[in-house]
Amino acid sequence: MDGTNFDDALTGEQKIRNFNINFGPQHPAAHGVLRLVLELDGEIVERCDPHIGLLHRGTEKLMESRTYLQNLPYFDRLDYVAPMNQEHAWCLAIEKLTGVEVPRRASLIRVLYSEIGRILSHILNVTTQAMDVGALTPPLWGFEEREKLMVFYERACGARLHAAYFRPGGVHQDLPDDLIDDIEAWAHAFPAVLDDIDGLLTENRIFKQRNADIGVVTEEDIQNYGFSGVMVRGSGLAWDLRRAQPYECYDEFEFQVPVGKNGDCYDRYLCRMEEMRQSTSIILQAIEKLRETPGDVLARGKLTPPTRGEMKTSMEALIHHFKLYTEGFHVPEGEVYASVEAPKGEFGVYLVADGTNKPYRAKLRAPGYLHLQAMDYLCKGHQLADVAAIIGTLDVVFGEIDR
Amino acid sequence: MSDALQELGTHIELKRPDCVLAWDVTHGELNIDVAPSSLTGFVEFLKADRTCQFSSLVDITAVDYPSREKRFDVVYHFLSMYQNHRVRLRVSIREEDMVPSIIEIHPSANWFEREVFDMFGILFTGHPDLRRILTDYGFRGYPLRKDFPTTGYTEVRYDEAQKRVVYEPVSLTQEYRQFDFMSPWEGAEYILPGDEKTEEKA
Repeated sequence: MDGTNFDDALTGEQKIRNFNINFGPQHPAAHGVLRLVLELDGEIVERCDPHIGLLHRGTEKLMESRTYLQNLPYFDRLDYVAPMNQEHAWCLAIEKLTGVEVPRRASLIRVLYSEIGRILSHILNVTTQAMDVGALTPPLWGFEEREKLMVFYERACGARLHAAYFRPGGVHQDLPDDLIDDIEAWAHAFPAVLDDIDGLLTENRIFKQRNADIGVVTEEDIQNYGFSGVMVRGSGLAWDLRRAQPYECYDEFEFQVPVGKNGDCYDRYLCRMEEMRQSTSIILQAIEKLRETPGDVLARGKLTPPTRGEMKTSMEALIHHFKLYTEGFHVPEGEVYASVEAPKGEFGVYLVADGTNKPYRAKLRAPGYLHLQAMDYLCKGHQLADVAAIIGTLDVVFGEIDR
Repeated sequence: MSDALQELGTHIELKRPDCVLAWDVTHGELNIDVAPSSLTGFVEFLKADRTCQFSSLVDITAVDYPSREKRFDVVYHFLSMYQNHRVRLRVSIREEDMVPSIIEIHPSANWFEREVFDMFGILFTGHPDLRRILTDYGFRGYPLRKDFPTTGYTEVRYDEAQKRVVYEPVSLTQEYRQFDFMSPWEGAEYILPGDEKTEEKA
């Protein structure tokens, strides 16, 4: 009894113990249906256990009993923020197995719409992450642009969100000229909107305080936790699948791969902003190339339907169309892994085909799954309020994580 | 690309002849078959070796082949961001076999192994926290096995009387439609409706 230890005077209830709280599944900053079990010491996060699967729909199981073409719309429902980028991976996997060459015009349209998807996703992420840390205006301004892009989606394929536009062997329909003109006009106007959002956030004191030095990712963490996309580039590694393992016709396009320096939330925000500018420049390049390349947008053959005109005159074409949309096409036996640089990171499809009209097994590799896995590692030692900032910067969408 | 992969495959086989059961390059991808016992050592080698540097784990999954004696293929995908190449490892196991966990080498394997356990019921030895991950709390069965019906066994609904969500056996108002479009000229392996009568005549 030296007069410093008063523990014996405390009752059981007064003794300090860690506090467990449930974050979500209804929390607006959880970006969907995420339930986090957080163990807190005061305001410091000691442990973070994400419970996922609340949006599990069994996509992979469902895909095993549907034809290849029927499976395509499931990809819109994975990362529903940038639907066409997901479809792209599925088409690439099928094309790799069947050895189909996509017509150049279709390839350019795919690039164009993949980049629109990237901007869609990045706008949503940057602005809602800002909302999570306290800003209200960016999402209002950003969503206006998203709306315009959704209209471009609608004008190309008829749906604002669930596009089903990329098809194995090309894209569903050709783009009308006035749509291309409108996209171009938009792409010229968009950098000004980006500058506005930039002006709201980049030098904003509160935004900086909430994001700088939060959720720092090092090169070692990237390898250990299997990060991809902006999570890698924010830490200074110039890794971009569009550049490193070019697919489609990305090798013809000129674009820079922005990289961060410190690997914190703020650098990832800056990377996303710069990527949107680069995507805008790719869009403009694609439009220029599109104007020079008229032609078909589907590789006519076993995978794709004959043209409407042909179907009116040729019996064979009509039978082909009927067979294609009932039985579907057959994919030769084999296994492939096809991946694309989706806005959130590497989205991949591992496809095992057994020679029939249905995939034997398809595994969807979502980037968000690995990013969310690292939550425990990233949040440890941060304050409770930073959890929202970190979830925001991980860019999680539960459609793709829970599948 | 394929030449480089051929070279890489030869290199790996030379360095680790005891681990590599077979390897090939198809569709521009390198596949290596590995025995479950040598998996951890081999993955460690792939990560450390200078020419391989497969330092990031892309994916772990499994494929179910109910007709085979070794029922499951556990499939690993690795990527090297430094050397810019990919590899796929296949581990064939029986239903009752266990696979060593690679969580010590790649911490990112954690959730992937949980998912494979959840979906296929494959156990990973040395995994610290092998809980179900995607399915419901208290779920039974392994959904991605081929003998698991797509409709599942239970369905849930909110019960107005009990004021809570209740679990019930699946009852379908309409039979689950599973169309078979295989043409009888292309070797469909079942008797077409009506064809059974020809047997009686003969």
